[in-house]
Amino acid sequence: MQFSEQWLRALCNPPLNSEELCHLLTMAGLEVEEVEAVAPPFTSVVVAQIVSFEKHPNADKLRVCRVDVGRGELLQIVCGAPNVVEGMKAPCAMVGAKLPGFEIKPAKLRGMESFGMMCSADELGMSQDHDGLLVLPADAPVGASIREYLALDDKKITIKLTPNRADCLSLAGVARELAALTGTPATLTAPLDVAVSHAQQRSVVLDAPEACPRYCGRIFTGVNAKAATPDWMKARLERCGVRSISAVVDITNYVMLELGQPLHAFDNAKLSGAIHVRWPQAGEKLTLLNGQEIEPAANMLLIADEARALALAGVMGGEDTGVSDDTTEIFLESAFFQPDAIVGRARALNFSSDASHRYERGVDFELAQRAMARASQLIVEICGAAAGPVVEAASAVHLPQRKAVNFRPDRARKVLGFEVSDEAMLASLSRLGMCTANAGAALQVIPPSYRFDIEIEEDLIEEVARVYGYDNIQPLPPKGPAMMLASTEATRPVHRLRRQLAAQDYQEVISYAFVEEAWERDFAGNVDPVKLANPIASQMSVMRSSLVGGLVGALSANQRRRASRVRLFEVGRCFAKDAAGLPVSGYSQPVRVAGLAWGPAAPEQWGQTSRRVDFYDVKRDVELLLGGRAEFVADKHPAFHPGRSAAVKVDGTVTGFMGELHPALVQRYDLVSAPVLFELDLEQVLAAGVPSFAELPRHPAVMRDLALVVGNTVTADVLLSVLRSAATGIVREVAVFDVYSGKGIEPDQKSIALRVMLQHAERTLEETEIDNAMRTLISAAERELGGRLRA
Amino acid sequence: MENLDQLLSDAAAAFAAAADINALEQAKAVFLGKSGSVTELLKGLGKLDPEARKSAGAEINRCKSAIEQALEARREALRSAQLEAQLAAEALDVTLPGRGMGRGGLHPVVRTQERFETLFRSIGFEVADGPEIEEDWFNFTALNTPDNHPARSMHDTFYIEGAKDVLLRTHTSPVQIRAMQAHAAKFKDSASMPELRIIVPGRVYRVDSDATHSPMFHQVEGLWVGEDISFAGLKGVIIDFLQRFFETDELQVRFRPSFFPFTEPSAEIDFAFMSGPNKGRWLEIAGCGMVHPNVLKNGGIDAARYTGFAFGMGLDRLTMLRYGVNDLRLFFENDLRFLAQFQD
Repeated sequence: MQFSEQWLRALCNPPLNSEELCHLLTMAGLEVEEVEAVAPPFTSVVVAQIVSFEKHPNADKLRVCRVDVGRGELLQIVCGAPNVVEGMKAPCAMVGAKLPGFEIKPAKLRGMESFGMMCSADELGMSQDHDGLLVLPADAPVGASIREYLALDDKKITIKLTPNRADCLSLAGVARELAALTGTPATLTAPLDVAVSHAQQRSVVLDAPEACPRYCGRIFTGVNAKAATPDWMKARLERCGVRSISAVVDITNYVMLELGQPLHAFDNAKLSGAIHVRWPQAGEKLTLLNGQEIEPAANMLLIADEARALALAGVMGGEDTGVSDDTTEIFLESAFFQPDAIVGRARALNFSSDASHRYERGVDFELAQRAMARASQLIVEICGAAAGPVVEAASAVHLPQRKAVNFRPDRARKVLGFEVSDEAMLASLSRLGMCTANAGAALQVIPPSYRFDIEIEEDLIEEVARVYGYDNIQPLPPKGPAMMLASTEATRPVHRLRRQLAAQDYQEVISYAFVEEAWERDFAGNVDPVKLANPIASQMSVMRSSLVGGLVGALSANQRRRASRVRLFEVGRCFAKDAAGLPVSGYSQPVRVAGLAWGPAAPEQWGQTSRRVDFYDVKRDVELLLGGRAEFVADKHPAFHPGRSAAVKVDGTVTGFMGELHPALVQRYDLVSAPVLFELDLEQVLAAGVPSFAELPRHPAVMRDLALVVGNTVTADVLLSVLRSAATGIVREVAVFDVYSGKGIEPDQKSIALRVMLQHAERTLEETEIDNAMRTLISAAERELGGRLRA
Repeated sequence: MENLDQLLSDAAAAFAAAADINALEQAKAVFLGKSGSVTELLKGLGKLDPEARKSAGAEINRCKSAIEQALEARREALRSAQLEAQLAAEALDVTLPGRGMGRGGLHPVVRTQERFETLFRSIGFEVADGPEIEEDWFNFTALNTPDNHPARSMHDTFYIEGAKDVLLRTHTSPVQIRAMQAHAAKFKDSASMPELRIIVPGRVYRVDSDATHSPMFHQVEGLWVGEDISFAGLKGVIIDFLQRFFETDELQVRFRPSFFPFTEPSAEIDFAFMSGPNKGRWLEIAGCGMVHPNVLKNGGIDAARYTGFAFGMGLDRLTMLRYGVNDLRLFFENDLRFLAQFQD
């Protein structure tokens, strides 16, 4: 809410400068967002009257004016404004005046002397309006300082109110708060009602008292709708960010700003019969003041007469019955609508209004009569109207009740953690307008009708703290039992995994969890992804079930930035429809870790020939992550080259996959060449196990090498498992150390070189045992795989 | 015996003239070989009478050992010259770059998350986690956010298509409820419940995208529930954290009354650096407050006996302030030139 500092000070004026005042409000929860001077600093500008003028002898557009500035002698001032009229009053910057950006000196303009400058609003830095001189009212006192006359030392203060503090959506509300915080009393006297000078009235029927438990209406006759809004009112409205429209509308806005009660003025001549506050009927239509034609939803409360719907209650009036220049009679509404009956309605129609903003959050339900009296005063005074009797319809049982809230000072001290006396707390609450009464160890506190946010003890504790000042509560390190946190060795912390990947030359990235639908199809083969009902853009419309798309996207972006080597990893949640999913039924949400490598295997460097990173490089990285538990099985995956793709298993269960990106995808996504990727279930990667000790062998191991020629289709895995299952007890390990094909080997065959470790637990091996064990291995390869010993 | 002195000086000169080990061995043969000068002299001793033989023998042997010493000294000199030469030839240009793999790094936001976790673990907070596709009840209702609260509108929350009341969590706070429920269930048969201290870092989602908002961003939630938890304690923890995180005591911190449905009293936390580019500017950093009794109840915790505080802050914002990053969007563009700046 934006308001004029001077208006606020007219209601409550504590001995604080503007800065202190704003700080106080901010620290009480009424956050001051912006403070703007009404006019920039300037000096020596006074109210002046143009007594006479004549055309400049040497310039068509200039005039030579004789100006009275209240100094006895008239000043000659040359002026180029188009709106100069004899006798008009306007601001005049005297010689020596300092204006924003320049200083006034005696000057000669096309040969005519000029002793000052007549000013526009623009030249005084008050607005962008430079159409001509700022026209002042005829009764402006000549010679008076313009700053004083127009109250230009005022500031526009904007506060950001939290939704619970609707009571501060008015000058009176802020003044009330200020009074409670400073102890300076606020002058908020209840206005006296005007004399009733005619008997016309319109009855009011509350058809929906649960939504509208109070409605006051009054008819004004003899309204001069064309009356000018007084300048003081215009200035205050403007400083509150409200544009002046017409006297009647300005008055309703003014009273709303002053007291917080939204009002609505109907053209009484266009109403027929009693006013009904009711829910809509089927098919009913209404054109609002903003021109929008609506068919009100069933939950939109209406103000209607006996013929039709007139207004959307608490939100906006109707176009047909609004006040115009021709209006001579008005029916003024001052009502209380329950917040629940208003909230969300304006938003559902895609707009908001000052009235709905206030009603949604809660308007003082005891304010309607007072606001009616205040508005009546102004309408009678400004529009020369005659007021009829106020008709009030109310349903006491439906009006909000302010229940007493229990308040235990001890509890407050415990929750806040600081010592403050019972008396001080009570005084704070009373200053906030709460009624307090003793009830044993506790107090009974009844909040005022304008506070909708005090329902439980904690709300009162906050009020006490607020008035005391959050800043005055001394911070204390909390006390608690000193207990160690669990630290499970069998599960690695995820940050350790991240550091490991970083040490393995992968850079962590973070991609959006919502992706293009095509990514899911292309990179995960997922045709039924989890979709967003309201995505921000089509390329962010489904939830990822794999991290691959995001990594490929990041690769592509970095290739466009001319990166020559890219290695990325991400740890993040993936999402899939899953009837058995937990904890949110219907969705599985595993965290996965994925990596991508593209470009040279090692960074460009001297003394080492460059080669492209390949499947086996990345396989090594995966093996390091899984600490020897990983098993790789050739398996197809929609994202990968069918011959360069593997499922990764741990303890026999598939825990992820790796492979080289499918050439078709390399082309479709416009990549320079294919990256190699892996993706694993995080839980499996983190499960590291606890090391266990085994007795060291006391006898030396023997190493023997063996080269076996087998068919090209025989994988290393198959060969090893044949050898391992045939191996006698002394064979401890068989490992591949080379693969050869080419000269000396038939084209459909390859030679696999193996290193065999043999060892006996109790004694040194004998040569014959070793030879026998090796022969067993060779014959297993011959028998089961058609292999042979390489000559 | 002058010839012995002469012999020694001849040998010394011959050894010195030998440029390498081979030449030295040849020179050695001239003096100490089978038919070398010294050997010849010794052979000649037999012709002398025993008295003279004894003294001449001693003289010759002194000369021989002097020659041997000179030989050994020369040998050593040649060896070390050879080693010097070899070492000189083997010298490397130590200024050439090292070889091998490169190294990657953590994402800056994760770096912040890790520091945050380390600081809070040091005072006994555990790291908790929860789902990102969340139920409306956990995200809003349980957190005392009434049905008509503006935060629930389609404008702020991503909803999942084809599901009723399922959404992308808009904050990490639903994990508060899940953690409290699990904690309360674990100790439901105990006379008293141990304290619950958790932090919850994670990704959250809101329908918002411009220069200062990302539809996905990172939050961290803190919760401490116990029998003696107060607002003064909340202030203590937050101020401690900010000073440790930014590694300076030169910070001003202020708590402003604010409003969140899930805390009461509630506060917004601003802080200001006392030096540097942001000197004296109040920067909003977190929302916090005492856990609302309704929220404790929804977490299965006795609100009459236990109190708690909670806070939430933006990890992205902490990261921006810590490292001076000026554009939130950089965190999600995955530009290696940006990310590499945060490697260790």
